[in-house]
Amino acid sequence: MSDLVIRTEELSRHFGSVRAVDSLSLEVPAGIVFGFLGPNGAGKTTTIRLLLGLLEPTSGRASVLGLDTRTESERIRQLCGALLEHSGLYERLSAEDNLEFYGRVWRMPAAERQKRARDLLTHLGLWERRRELVGTWSRGMKQKLALARALLHRPRLIFLDEPTSGLDPVGAVAVREDLARLATSEGVTVFLTTHNLAEAEKLCQRVGVIREGRLLAVGSPDELRTRTGAPRAQIIGRGFDGSVLSLLRTRPEVANVQLHDGQLSLELRGEADMAPLVSLLVNAGAQVEEVRKGKASLEEVFLTLMEEER
Amino acid sequence: MITDVLTIVWKEWKEVLLQRSGMRRGWLNVLLMVAVFGVFLPLQAGRDWVTSPIVLGSWAWVPIMLVANIIADSFAGERERHTLETLLASRLPDTAILLGKMLAAVSYAWGITLVSLVLGVITVNATHWEGRLAMYPPHLIVGGVGISLLTAALAAGVGVLVSLRASTVRQAQQTLGVATLLVVWVPILAMGMLPQSWQVRISEALGAANSMGALLGAMLALAAVDVGLVVAARARFRRARLILD
Repeated sequence: MSDLVIRTEELSRHFGSVRAVDSLSLEVPAGIVFGFLGPNGAGKTTTIRLLLGLLEPTSGRASVLGLDTRTESERIRQLCGALLEHSGLYERLSAEDNLEFYGRVWRMPAAERQKRARDLLTHLGLWERRRELVGTWSRGMKQKLALARALLHRPRLIFLDEPTSGLDPVGAVAVREDLARLATSEGVTVFLTTHNLAEAEKLCQRVGVIREGRLLAVGSPDELRTRTGAPRAQIIGRGFDGSVLSLLRTRPEVANVQLHDGQLSLELRGEADMAPLVSLLVNAGAQVEEVRKGKASLEEVFLTLMEEER
Repeated sequence: MITDVLTIVWKEWKEVLLQRSGMRRGWLNVLLMVAVFGVFLPLQAGRDWVTSPIVLGSWAWVPIMLVANIIADSFAGERERHTLETLLASRLPDTAILLGKMLAAVSYAWGITLVSLVLGVITVNATHWEGRLAMYPPHLIVGGVGISLLTAALAAGVGVLVSLRASTVRQAQQTLGVATLLVVWVPILAMGMLPQSWQVRISEALGAANSMGALLGAMLALAAVDVGLVVAARARFRRARLILD
């Protein structure tokens, strides 16, 4: 958490009357996986384009690896890797040729780019199929290859724009696992945009939530849970009828009660003690089998933030 | 810069020759072109193929056709196949991407033209031998080599400008097809519509082109147009615009 690799100050980009990015102030420390969460059209891709210097901001400023995105964009692109909205692979070329091309683009010496390509493809389980045309591959394999391409020149920072979007669950898990493994072994900082909250929860040390171009919250998943999500409890058992629910709603420590598939979900005010609530349920004739207490998931935090913004 | 330009040329050649619709198809296309312009047409024309100044017209036209065939794909193809943004997000400078795309198309067309020029002489001598070697006169060699290079660059310049704007390869191909037709047919049709006396005067002027000085003048004019097109394409090349288009 020492150096900052990304720093934006009131960064904005407007397209006519649409504010794709609106006064975004953000800091991303080095060496972490940073998740940029938001629904479709929130401004995630535009932010990446601004950070790579592919678009000029309407106002504000941003620096990436200490370089100004307006004046030093070529140098930023030299030091960063990117897997954007589309994999960007040449489907009429083989996997080997795709990496060879980008190795040349990054001016890697021949021996080094061949060794690096071999290491990455082996790591991702694609080495045996390196001579096949990429166009014949599944989407999951293409995403893995695109990940290899983004890491080929050992960038200090990589931008990944929804890397598991459109993949089936098995493919998404495989890419996610490879990403986590590579991020650790390569020591690279990852700026990851996603609307998959489970993915962000598994991969990211810090997350930022964006909606309609505005940053709603930023912090570690735990911090966000504490800040926006109340403690919760789940009670599994039998006999949870309307009278039991009404009884629970009268308790000051209970903010909300919901009955779903025979399970009670309680939203609590503060760190409430569960024992009196369980006694209340038992005295009312309910049978309690299991009580689970925990914090809100990132998905619940996200939905709360979206709701608050409305 | 030169290394970056050659990197783009490497990738373009790889796509055009080795993998586009399969390796065999890519090379077959090249062989077909060489067979038509290096064997079939010289066979038909006989010794006139290496002596007539009219042949210069072929060497001007062939590269335009060959470049038009592939240059439409340069940017519109990358955009259509969603590879453009990743390329633009790389460290390559704008000029290297642009010149690399143009050089790939020019070298493809000019290479085929030069091979056909050499093969044409061999074909004519092998099939129409009259006891002495038939060879292009010096002004036709200079014209054939120089004009073909410059018209290839002309087509590449126009093609890149069209491809930068087009959203699909088909749209770029259609626009370039119309442009090529205009370049080839408008002068021919216009010539036919002129009064007889004007036609005679123009023919005399073209006859005078059978001299090194006139050829060099025409080549200089073409080179100036080519430079203008490169400058225009460079001005048109804006990463932000290419991404948002």
